[in-house]
Amino acid sequence: MGILVDTTIMIGSMLIFFIGGWVWFVKKIFRDYEVHNTLVQLFFPMIFMLSCAMFELIIFEIAAVLESGSRYLYWQVVLYLMLIMLILVIPLYLCHCVISNIRMVRREWVNILAVVTWGIFMVCFWKIGDPFPILSPQHGILSIEQSISRIGVIGVTVMAALSGFGAVNYPYTSMNIFMRPVTRHDIQAQERRLMQTLDVIVSKKKRMALAERERGTAKDNGGGGSGSRLWGLLRSVTTSSPQGESLAAIKQEVAALEELSRQLFLESVELQNQRERLEWAHTFQGRFFNFMGYFFSMYCSWKIFISLVNIVFDRVGRKDPVTKGMEIAVHWLGFDIDVQFWSQHTSFFLVGCIIVTSIRGFILTLTRFFYAVSSSKSSNIIVLVLAQLMGMYFVSMVMLMRMNMPLEYRTIITQVLGDLQFHFYHRWFDVIFLVSALTTMGILYLAHKQGNTSDKAESFYQPKW
Amino acid sequence: MANHANAMNKVKILVVGDSGVGKSSLVHLICHGEALSNASWTIGCNVEVKVHEFREGTPSQKPYFIEMWDVGGSNSHKNARHVFYNSVHGIVLVHDLTNRKSQLNLRRWLTEVLLKEGSSAKARTPLVDDFDAEQFGGFSQLPVFVVGTKQDQISEYRTSGRVRSCSLADECGADEIYVNSHDQRSLAPGSSNAVKLSRFFDKVIERQQTTTTARTESGYSYLERENSMYRRPKSSSAFISMS
Repeated sequence: MGILVDTTIMIGSMLIFFIGGWVWFVKKIFRDYEVHNTLVQLFFPMIFMLSCAMFELIIFEIAAVLESGSRYLYWQVVLYLMLIMLILVIPLYLCHCVISNIRMVRREWVNILAVVTWGIFMVCFWKIGDPFPILSPQHGILSIEQSISRIGVIGVTVMAALSGFGAVNYPYTSMNIFMRPVTRHDIQAQERRLMQTLDVIVSKKKRMALAERERGTAKDNGGGGSGSRLWGLLRSVTTSSPQGESLAAIKQEVAALEELSRQLFLESVELQNQRERLEWAHTFQGRFFNFMGYFFSMYCSWKIFISLVNIVFDRVGRKDPVTKGMEIAVHWLGFDIDVQFWSQHTSFFLVGCIIVTSIRGFILTLTRFFYAVSSSKSSNIIVLVLAQLMGMYFVSMVMLMRMNMPLEYRTIITQVLGDLQFHFYHRWFDVIFLVSALTTMGILYLAHKQGNTSDKAESFYQPKW
Repeated sequence: MANHANAMNKVKILVVGDSGVGKSSLVHLICHGEALSNASWTIGCNVEVKVHEFREGTPSQKPYFIEMWDVGGSNSHKNARHVFYNSVHGIVLVHDLTNRKSQLNLRRWLTEVLLKEGSSAKARTPLVDDFDAEQFGGFSQLPVFVVGTKQDQISEYRTSGRVRSCSLADECGADEIYVNSHDQRSLAPGSSNAVKLSRFFDKVIERQQTTTTARTESGYSYLERENSMYRRPKSSSAFISMS
């Protein structure tokens, strides 16, 4: 009886997650494209559903909902399904889509080539695990730990890169001291320059169009015998209208001017973005984010420092923040609290917060990335790649979450995921986080400096025509 | 030659549509009569010029410059696009026949152009005051033409050969054509597509002639036109201010 109730609860919640993923896909991600490929529309919500089911099981673990035996069963089911999707189904379909997009390949060969490419992908995937000390040698070759460890490497890389980027980017975009002042005069001056360039381009193209037209009519009229041909030759020598050579010169000028107009337009877009950011900074939300930005920059600097310390001194935190907080509260601050009770609730709250904010942040990032990158030709492929990344990201998040949970709750993850070298993953996370944060800082610094100098240079700019 | 170019009259037609539907290929086909070989994402605006014979075949035949302003459709450039929407005499809406969403988005494009969205409120001088769907009859003053591209790729996606025509075209009373931008025969002279396009150009030129006041346009630069718009008296809701 108990297992029946548990199963219905699990299936019901998984259905809700599936519908949520479907709605997100149709309304947000694919809002500008028509869906021709229903399999793609199926895979994406399915990965989302499996990821959310994993998190749900973690929460159930902490809150001690459902029976422990059935929880373990569901873990196994969800994990195996996830692995099959991530290693077998989606890469195979991805290869199939990519190959059928290439025009040179004939119909019959598509399937065979897809399987071959998938084989190559599997070999590369296996080779990823070799340089990293992620496995103890006693595991067999087909055990679940092999695949999870490799998925973990990729997922942790993506997670750390995104975290590093986000940690540096958030203070930069939300804090007012980084925003450059942009006046309406600047924007109008930029737009004026753009329109002047376009006016010059238009006038040159008009001359070209007229020259083409005259050349066309001259060809029509010049077919009346040798007398008119001689007359035409005489005319072309004595007249001063532009012919072949200067036409080529005008074409080159137009190409250069068009490139200039593109640059001016992009600068205009950047100015408008700056103006919108300044306007947003005056709103309530903007001021709040600016305030939070100070805390966040402190938190991010601390995190970067801690990653450096971890790498240099080769230490991994053994105690999770909840237990450590409890210790501080009891021993140093002298609170008399029921450690067991509060530990469970605090870790439930903490883990829940982490899960919700991570999912939400990931969803927003994914949606924005898709808008920026996709086109009508490649939208299917990009969705499949994003589904694959999402699966790997969430699996490694489960792995890393282990450190945030007190000892008694870690066992289920260790049991299910197998005996992996978790310390390696934390070290790898620190390394990639550091690299990503420093790279982002460097890029933002360069972009900021370039923006400042170009503002000064434009005051000297004078169009020469 | 320069005097000649300035003496001929001109009209400005805006070509808008979602990103990747084939506006640049279409404009290249119209203006140069051949397919565009290296299509890439349009940043900002590509302008092409075509010489069109107004009222061809009649005694009052006259050549006109048709400036086709092909505006890049990516969403991230939305806030700076409004600068291209000044003094427009006609609009060509382009959608992709293999992608229904691009057809549904045409309404948004028409609204964006007519209201010059994206510019700050102070600088906005909309082409139409008080946009109202019921007053769409007022839009017949600004000629609209609808083009569906990638006609050759429809058979891959739809089992039935018929394609639902654009409801927006019906509402505006606009002509609609389907082309394959890589095939010169789509707009071959004498084909029904070319005839409809030619009729559209004539309609745009007629509209420009009737609403042009005694003041000549071609001598004024962009900035002077912008300033003169501020000086224009407040217009009624049905009046479309065009320069």
